[in-house]
Amino acid sequence: MLEIKNLQAKVEEKQILNGINLTVNPGEVHAIMGPNGSGKSTLASVLAGRDEYEVTGGEVVFRGENLLEMSPEDRARKGLFLAFQYPVEIPGVTNANFLKTALNEIRKANGQTPMDSKEFLQIMKEKMKLVEMDKAMTQRSVNEGFSGGEKKRNEVFQMAMLEPMLAVLDETDSGLDIDALRIVANGVNALRNQERSFIVITHYQRLLDYIVPDFVHVLYKGRIVKSGTKELAMELEAKGYDWIKEEVGIHI
Amino acid sequence: MTEDQKIITEVTESDYKWGFISDIESDQAPKGLNEEVIRFISLKKNEPAWMLEWRLKAYRHWLTMTEPVWPNVHYPKIDFNDIIYYSAPKKKPSLNSLDELDPEIKATFDKLGISLEEQKRLSGVAVDAVIDSVSVKTTFRESLGELGVIFCSFSEAVHDHPELIKQYLGSVVPYTDNYYAALNSAVFSDGSFCYIPKSVRCPMELSTYFRINSAGTGQFERTLIIAEEGAFVSYLEGCTAPMRDENQLHAAVVEIYSHKDAQVKYSTVQNWYPGDKEGKGGIYNFVTKRGLCAGTHAKISWTQVETGSAITWKYPSVILKGDYSIGEFYSVAVTNNYQQADTGTKMIHLGKNTKSTIISKGISGGKSQNSYRGLVRINRKAENARNFSQCDSLLLGDKCGAHTFPYLEVSNKTAIVEHEATTSKVGEDQIFYCNQRGISTEDAVGLIVNGYCKEVFNQLPMEFAVEAQKLLAISLEGSVG
Amino acid sequence: MNPAYQHTDKEKFLNSYGAFASRHELMDSPLNTLAIRKFEELGFPTTKHEEWKYTNVSPILKNRFALSTGKSRLKREDILPFLLTGKDSILLVFENGFLNRELSLIENLPQGVIIDSLASSRNHDVVKQHLGKYAPMKQESFVALNTAFIFDGAFIYLPVNAVVERPIHLLYVNDSREEATVVYPRNLIVAKKNNSLKIACTYHTIGNINSAFTNSVSEIVTGANANVEFVKVQTENDNTYHISHTEVMQERDSVFNISTITLGGNIVRNNLHIVLNDVNCTSHLYGLYITDGNELVDNHTLVDHAKPNCESNELYKGVLGGKSSGVFNGKVFVRPDAQKTNAYQSNKNILLSDEATMNTKPQLEIFADDVKCSHGATTGQLDSEALFYLRSRGIGEKEAKAFLNIAFAADVIKNISLEPLRDRLMPLIERKLKQGD
Repeated sequence: MLEIKNLQAKVEEKQILNGINLTVNPGEVHAIMGPNGSGKSTLASVLAGRDEYEVTGGEVVFRGENLLEMSPEDRARKGLFLAFQYPVEIPGVTNANFLKTALNEIRKANGQTPMDSKEFLQIMKEKMKLVEMDKAMTQRSVNEGFSGGEKKRNEVFQMAMLEPMLAVLDETDSGLDIDALRIVANGVNALRNQERSFIVITHYQRLLDYIVPDFVHVLYKGRIVKSGTKELAMELEAKGYDWIKEEVGIHI
Repeated sequence: MTEDQKIITEVTESDYKWGFISDIESDQAPKGLNEEVIRFISLKKNEPAWMLEWRLKAYRHWLTMTEPVWPNVHYPKIDFNDIIYYSAPKKKPSLNSLDELDPEIKATFDKLGISLEEQKRLSGVAVDAVIDSVSVKTTFRESLGELGVIFCSFSEAVHDHPELIKQYLGSVVPYTDNYYAALNSAVFSDGSFCYIPKSVRCPMELSTYFRINSAGTGQFERTLIIAEEGAFVSYLEGCTAPMRDENQLHAAVVEIYSHKDAQVKYSTVQNWYPGDKEGKGGIYNFVTKRGLCAGTHAKISWTQVETGSAITWKYPSVILKGDYSIGEFYSVAVTNNYQQADTGTKMIHLGKNTKSTIISKGISGGKSQNSYRGLVRINRKAENARNFSQCDSLLLGDKCGAHTFPYLEVSNKTAIVEHEATTSKVGEDQIFYCNQRGISTEDAVGLIVNGYCKEVFNQLPMEFAVEAQKLLAISLEGSVG
Repeated sequence: MNPAYQHTDKEKFLNSYGAFASRHELMDSPLNTLAIRKFEELGFPTTKHEEWKYTNVSPILKNRFALSTGKSRLKREDILPFLLTGKDSILLVFENGFLNRELSLIENLPQGVIIDSLASSRNHDVVKQHLGKYAPMKQESFVALNTAFIFDGAFIYLPVNAVVERPIHLLYVNDSREEATVVYPRNLIVAKKNNSLKIACTYHTIGNINSAFTNSVSEIVTGANANVEFVKVQTENDNTYHISHTEVMQERDSVFNISTITLGGNIVRNNLHIVLNDVNCTSHLYGLYITDGNELVDNHTLVDHAKPNCESNELYKGVLGGKSSGVFNGKVFVRPDAQKTNAYQSNKNILLSDEATMNTKPQLEIFADDVKCSHGATTGQLDSEALFYLRSRGIGEKEAKAFLNIAFAADVIKNISLEPLRDRLMPLIERKLKQGD
């Protein structure tokens, strides 16, 4: 699905990623944890192709193709989805119109015919249930005036609609109360299957109680310094990051 | 230059799609302006003496006036003797059915995407089409006639309804009003006339399409809309012109007279040729549009989508004379390349409890300059007047300009006048968010801009709104990559 | 020559220049002579001139004003009501345009700091370098007129790293008890790098029988990383005309705060131009005008964002009573290079009477794309909900209105950092509000 080799990147002349290696196979869920400033969100942005981030080395192969050469929209059309840490407000553009445009662009790129309005509404209705979203929200402008929790639910709803191959969740759990967290996690779990992969970036082990990962990686100073299974996350929760820092300190 | 900027540049440099020239034979006045030319126009139109007299009065007054100079609009001096003031399609169209229409004219409308047949069949819109200032065809005349609604060309109205023309012509925009209104009054060739009798709700949209076709001509049409007590009408106007290197002058006058309890909704999509990417050619659109809410509870609503013209200078206004009368102005003005737009409105509150709303959205790209200029005046006796204005500007590049010049003149303490304005750019984060959902930058800009204009598009009748959105998308279209 | 100007009253002023220039031996001053030539070219503006659309200056010009000879009549008790900034202030008293050293208190200045009369500093290098360099005398005829008549005013200079902690009070009195008088105060303030400075510039009249005319210009240079506060207070009587121009040039990382408080005068025009001439500057512009009778108060502000990453914030409020009228014309100009500009502007007005008028013209002229600019303007009455709320708590209608009007005005005054000045301004504002009601 995704193969990241020695990925390095900088933003505004500041080197953030210092050689990331990560392989994600179909159906796997990888959690990436790490202290503030370790490069978690940078990794998400680089994968999605944000302009301000400059890749200075390494390679990323996504479904057999060089991801780094693709425009952000081509990455999306190829099946990469980023759930934003801070979803953007687009005044005047309704959720429904926005999603229909996106969905049909992706279908077009994959040689499918555009979905008609009736079918679209039908699917939208189904997927909305997944994140317990109110019908009125589809007629509201994209993220405009949404609460933090509503924005995050909207991200998961969009993911459900666009059915990506690989979803990157960038701190989708931050700032959510336990009910909202449960809703978001249920939405994600419903989308898990044999083909679809996830990279879940989080600060808190709590999310991983709801979305159980196959692998956990610790990111520190732009490198994956430790990998393990769910138990690693529990250990981090109990002991904090300091022991990792010490351990890494010895290794570097 | 970032990728986004590149795309925005491409997007804002797309070509004009209506720039074809129709091969229609036309009957023209000699170049230049003098009393002889005015007599020629009047004679050609077989006008009664009072009409010619009015034209000549306007012309003589025009001679005493000086051409206005505006601070934010720049163009070479116009030679008023180098313009053809009258150009009519040669086959005088006194037609009974659309089949008799000159096939070239019909083809023209088909190219414009306003097949009269289509319009007639699909939307039940009554259409009056004006090419080079002369009305060529009015549809649905009979069925409107049964209700007493008069919808015809201005020339026909001069012959068939002289009493109405005499009463209302110049009642809202007198020929002394300004330089271009005076010029129009002297030389106007045709236009549309609507009359809605007392308590009649006009059952369909009335629509006029204007097109400048001949080279070297100016277009000087006049529209007069009268809504009697308790009447309602929704009127639409669309405009296009062929691509030409020269600048052409369009100086129209629109007058709306709304009596007690009457409502007039006027919508326009202005798409005159804006000139090429280097700013060569294009229409000078110097237009006077004004409505009078004469009686109590009268209402006039202007909605405009301005995408064309090299220079636009236009302030659709409402005089709120009747107590409780309402004036509205909704505007989207898009400028690209070297276009200049100076547009806005005037809301003059004279009556008590009068109310006005102004929503203006300016979008500038390329090297264009886009100004909102508006006046809200609350006169001494206008008790409890209310105004709300919102003027937003959106910038699509770093070489364009967006300007706001609102004038708020309040002379009554019970007034509440509120004005808000913002200027912003299309956010890179918004574009990236759309990209991440698989939407290209070009489509993302279209989507965001259409969302930004939504409050105005919502005011347009359905078919027109769709057309306006498409037009906006096309004005912002370009080939990516 | 611009046809929008008229020439009828020009000669009077040109004639008085001749006498003035020979009396003060200014015939050789290139600045004064250039300015009088510019003034002669420009003439006085009329209401056809866009910037003077709502303000007709001809009532000012029909008067005959005498120029002061510098003879002193003022006594200490005359100025007591005008001492607005507290005991520890550095005080410069200008009587009909001339510094009165006896009434002034200029002592114990920090090393290198100059606070003196402009007349005695004309040959100072800093004056030569900066005087007349900023105020636009080529476009503004009243600036040209003031510049032609430059003789005295305040000269303040702070060298690098200087901090003047005491407030500086420039107190201008136009004494027209004996005859109608015109004064042309001129201030030059140059604050170099890392300065901190607080100045109150106040204008007053004595004598109400004859009319008086104050035509003042201040030029202020705010050096890199300097922090300057300037408060202009004007309490001249209703027989006084006041036209002033304040030109501010900001260098990088500087902060400039200005409050313009107008509490009197027959026709008052305050021009304020701020040029954010380098990156990362901040300006705050506050204004308050309270009018009654036949007063006309016109505030014209221009914030010129010339460089990127600057912020300006403007709040002007007015309460208009009687047959008075107010004008607010606020222009924000963002030049093509000035990306990342944040500019906000707000103008709020309350009309107290049936015959008061407010003309507002906020303007945004934006030539850069990555900016956040907004302006808002409202004109109306007091919030009826708030009024009702107060009345429902047992406060009488009159008191409730006064209460809300004072709160409305205090919203501007609270931004002045000089506490003694704030404390002395509020009673003046309350008194003025009572007159207008």
